[in-house]
Amino acid sequence: MNNLQLDKQHQQYVKKLKREKYEIVTWQIFILLAFLSLWELAGRLTWIDPLLFSYPTKIASLFLTKLYDGSLLLHTSVTLLETVAGFMIGTVLGTAFAAVLWWSRKASKISDPYLVVLNSMPKVALGPIIIVALGPGYLSIITMGASISIIITTLVIYHAFHTVEPNYIKVIRSFGGNKKQIFREVILPASFPAIISTLKVNVGLSWVGVIVGEFLVSKQGLGYMIIYGFQVFNFTLVLLSLFMIAIFSSIMYLGVEWLERKLIKH
Amino acid sequence: MSFLQLNAISHVYLTESAAKEALSDLSFSIAEGEFVSLLGPSGCGKSTLLSIISGLLQPTEGTVSLQNKMIQSPGERMGYMLQQDYLFPWKTIEDNCYIGLKLLNKLTPEKKEITLALLDSMGLSDVRHAYPDQLSGGMRQRVALVRTLATDPDLLLLDEPFSALDYQTKLKLEDLVFQTLKAHQKTAILVTHDIGEAIAMSDRIILLSPRPGKIAKIFQVPSQLQTLLPFEARNDPVFPENFQMIWKELDSLEQSPT
Repeated sequence: MNNLQLDKQHQQYVKKLKREKYEIVTWQIFILLAFLSLWELAGRLTWIDPLLFSYPTKIASLFLTKLYDGSLLLHTSVTLLETVAGFMIGTVLGTAFAAVLWWSRKASKISDPYLVVLNSMPKVALGPIIIVALGPGYLSIITMGASISIIITTLVIYHAFHTVEPNYIKVIRSFGGNKKQIFREVILPASFPAIISTLKVNVGLSWVGVIVGEFLVSKQGLGYMIIYGFQVFNFTLVLLSLFMIAIFSSIMYLGVEWLERKLIKH
Repeated sequence: MSFLQLNAISHVYLTESAAKEALSDLSFSIAEGEFVSLLGPSGCGKSTLLSIISGLLQPTEGTVSLQNKMIQSPGERMGYMLQQDYLFPWKTIEDNCYIGLKLLNKLTPEKKEITLALLDSMGLSDVRHAYPDQLSGGMRQRVALVRTLATDPDLLLLDEPFSALDYQTKLKLEDLVFQTLKAHQKTAILVTHDIGEAIAMSDRIILLSPRPGKIAKIFQVPSQLQTLLPFEARNDPVFPENFQMIWKELDSLEQSPT
């Protein structure tokens, strides 16, 4: 086969890939539009109770009202700030604990049963105690966002540290490398994939912690908006909050994926 | 005065269920520039012995000294090559070669230049910015050789470095390692279970018997084979008889009850 034919085949293949991609995006948009219009129609024709399930244009108009009076921006930014803070604190402290456990075998053995108990404990159940201890404010909510991810982060990343190919460590040791150098040159970079996948899980977890925290503290934030909407039976408000959560948690997830591409090239 | 001296080395592995004697009262010495192979069946503790010589492992009893200095921890005097390359996949080829210098705090522009020249002499200068996963097994093991030589060690310890390669690559790499070590006048110890490889590459072969590891016999490789490239040595008329002799010895070790 000559080059011209090969080129042609390649072009056809690329075309086919493009067409497939186009088809998938079309389907995705179609499903979204179909869902929204069906919802709208069902709400307006009262196939479903619009008081409970609302409908998209009603949510959109509430979105605009809340956007103009500034309250949506306030609640969203409060929640976002708390979530990002909880996420970062949980991940950084979890990784730091994992490093300590890796450093000292004895520490890891001693803490093992405690970690097991703490891990199986539903962290949101600690909510009331955290609020009483730290006061009903940002601090408690951020603590809840962080506490929900910290133990699982510690466990997963410690496991990753521990299962690094021992021969990589041998390479460093054969050059006289010390423990700090082993950690920096091998353990940490080799564990980046595991760290990234915990980050992905932690995005979801810290949202859970923060929303539940806001349910309990009930002052500000999207969690507060949900609880308030529920109490006054304004489900349009509840759905608007859910919509905002969906948008921002997806953005955070995309942020982690961006970090993944930056950090892990090979 | 010998270059490397092992004095009554014994090593015991302790586990919860038992204490196992891996090496028992081993002594030998190696002259500067010599290439010695440690040959033996599995379980003869040859890799353990190499770890002890490198300072990675402290022997239960006995001492190792290099140029009359005791070895207690690994460092720049030793170069260690493992069974596989174990290049760091997240580092470029160039950075992989610098790792030893970096760890020893010796990454100077001159040393970098020497390392790059070494990389070039192995036909790897095109791939210096590539990552290990883009290279073939033979190329990767060549990079590992550069990484080992970059710190300019006095003694090279080769722990079956060719065992994970296909036959053709292995033969080529044997020649390359042989030439490189001779050119840099390095002393080397090769651990292997491949009789042919031991004869083709070394000046002397130390045969170990298993459980616990002891010196069974020491063979002097005929001088005409010592100077030949490994590939040529394998084709030399005296190669087969030496192979047969060591084969029989090794065979009797594996069969004799211990």
